Amino acid sequence: MTHVYINGTGIISPQETFDTALFLENPVIPVSNRLRCVEPVYREFIPAEMIRRMGRVIKMGVAASKCCLKDAGTGDGSGVALEIIPEMIITGTGLGCVEDTEKFLTSMIVNREEFLTPTSFIQSTHNTVAGQIALLLKCHGYNFTYVHRGISFESALIDAMTQLQTGAVSNVLAGATDELTNHSFAITSRMGYWKQKLVGTTGLLNDPRRGSIAGEGASFFFLENQQVPNTYAELRGIATMLRPESLQEIRNRLHSFLGTFGLTAGDISVVLLGLNGDPRHDRIYRDLARSEFDGVPQAFYKHLCGEYHTASSFAMWLGSKIIKRQHVPPVTMLNHAPGSIEHVLIYNHFRENNHAFILLSRP
Amino acid sequence: MTKRVCITGTGIICAIGNNVPGTLDSLMYSRTGIGEISLLKTLLRGIIPMAEVAMTTGALMEAAGVAGQTCYTRTALLGMIAAAESVRSAGIEDIREYRTGLISATTVGGMDRTENFFSEYLADPKRGRLRDVVNHDCGDSTERIALHLGIADFVTTLSTACSSSVNAIMLASNLIKSGQLDRVVAGGNDSVTKFTLNGFNTLMILDKNGCRPFDENRAGLTLGEGAAFLVLESEEAAIKRGARILAIVSGYGNANDAYHQTASSPEGTGAYLAMSKALSMSGLDAAGIDYINVHGTGTQNNDLSEGVALERLFGNRVPPFSSTKGFTGHTLGAAGAVEAVISILSLQHGMIFPNLNFSVPMKELNIQPVSKLQQGLTLNHILSNSFGFGGNNSSVILSKPGIQ
Repeated sequence: MTHVYINGTGIISPQETFDTALFLENPVIPVSNRLRCVEPVYREFIPAEMIRRMGRVIKMGVAASKCCLKDAGTGDGSGVALEIIPEMIITGTGLGCVEDTEKFLTSMIVNREEFLTPTSFIQSTHNTVAGQIALLLKCHGYNFTYVHRGISFESALIDAMTQLQTGAVSNVLAGATDELTNHSFAITSRMGYWKQKLVGTTGLLNDPRRGSIAGEGASFFFLENQQVPNTYAELRGIATMLRPESLQEIRNRLHSFLGTFGLTAGDISVVLLGLNGDPRHDRIYRDLARSEFDGVPQAFYKHLCGEYHTASSFAMWLGSKIIKRQHVPPVTMLNHAPGSIEHVLIYNHFRENNHAFILLSRP
Repeated sequence: MTKRVCITGTGIICAIGNNVPGTLDSLMYSRTGIGEISLLKTLLRGIIPMAEVAMTTGALMEAAGVAGQTCYTRTALLGMIAAAESVRSAGIEDIREYRTGLISATTVGGMDRTENFFSEYLADPKRGRLRDVVNHDCGDSTERIALHLGIADFVTTLSTACSSSVNAIMLASNLIKSGQLDRVVAGGNDSVTKFTLNGFNTLMILDKNGCRPFDENRAGLTLGEGAAFLVLESEEAAIKRGARILAIVSGYGNANDAYHQTASSPEGTGAYLAMSKALSMSGLDAAGIDYINVHGTGTQNNDLSEGVALERLFGNRVPPFSSTKGFTGHTLGAAGAVEAVISILSLQHGMIFPNLNFSVPMKELNIQPVSKLQQGLTLNHILSNSFGFGGNNSSVILSKPGIQ
């Protein structure tokens, strides 16, 4: 069986993550219910004439992908930076290009279907980010975009792994993008998604009130079928579930998933839990933490990136870097820190609807 | 990856039929689904034609077996109807008997209700019924279908503009070949919305006379709506349960034109690459293709680019081809699956359905589409193309079972 390695990462998040040398040394702990990405200077990655037209999530996606390819290109140990054109581009997004969608919708409604211009409509298409990356790289390869709620990113990973393991290609650029806009925040606030108020110092997980904190991000990974000096981690596998009927069903899935790699829950060095501060959602993580991962080092991350459809891509960046650095940022730890880090398991569910496990191992 | 992927069931709902037999009937008797807008409330009614499914959303609820329930978008209802037909036609009684996935595709998702919500919301952010926007995302219709059919092993959604549902067929095939699933219900669904209608209108690529694919005087596409699903199974599973095999998925490919966000390259690079990949996977040479169901939207740009790619790949022996969008309109995220179902009808019945509204050949090309119904043909291998925004180009080859 072909092994799949994470050989480059690029991520824009509400933390200072764009600089690959940093690893959450100075985390921003949220004091509001809404996190916004720390964005880089786009001129360094995107031609100026394109920046003006691009929606924010497109810029974030393109810049994160370029950062990822740069990271992969400098990582073979030769000291020479390679310009990498991936063989495939596969992305995931929960809501796509929301800002452009809202823009076109608003002008259509306000102008009563008259005097409209096409730019925001063109860019509202869900595969715009993947398409723009291909355009800038002149990459003619396979180009897919998944749009399935809380497993949009995992779907992209499953496709990428299948392509690599069947030998169709030797590398894939895989990633996820989601942006938070004023309208989408206002609408999801009305739906009760977010906490009304957050007292920063007490911490997200100690707040008994309903709701989480909203986030966004763009994360890309360069996946290859061979290990290089820059390899972060081995991507072992992904499992997804739609609306499991019980906690027991989730536990069973966990065991069968780990079992395919000859592992049990006790073998996991760190489990990254998608705890988001909403007691309605967190009870599932807490149950699993108690029943399956008692004594296993546990960490969480949504206080750093917020809750969004593809938040697990932030977790995969975190897990990859944890393995490479053999260090868990203290700001993420829930209990005791691990010793040697061999296996990182990510467990995430989006509003109890879409559940997913991602397993990373030390190469 | 040695496993063969079979198609054992098909389902469709579009402007020319509420099911596969109805659609076949319209195709055989050249009944177009394009006409004046009758259901969508838009300023463009009477100005720009469309290919609507001639059923109100209430009637669709009834047809889908969920009458009176208000949580369904039009997109989801179309999908539920077509997907249920595909599973019935595959003769599946117990969906859980094999590891079964659902892979759907859509471009607008629940926009049909979101646009109503948004108009109230813009006037007052406290207004607009949340139940009209909670189903906005593209995954909603897929999960409605999955729950409707009891599919739980793997459920996901693709959105790559107008090539979306061919890509769903591709992922489905790869997951079956690699042994991750035994069968997949794959396809796509999209309803017409003011959002897409106005969007394409701003691009000035909607033909006021209805689309005329591959005609010298073509002036744009015609939007349609619908859904189509196919049941894909590993040959092993299909034979084991004694399923009737309708077709084999013998090749497919996706490539990116990497030329422009919406326009296709003059050399048809992406289209050429996608078709070449599909041919290469199938092991066929160009002469092995008996018919091409082209993307053929009727826009100046697509038909020229696609035509150039056909001539590049097939030289002076381009197989008979036609666009069936003169019947169904361009159903966007559903188009690839709609045309895959139509291609299977062509395989089964030995028929090439005509490219409607064609009269004058394009001056840049040496080829012209089949414009009259052809019957009594032996069609073994059919290529179907679907191309989309973002330079997304996909091709799939469907073959008659027992051949090759």
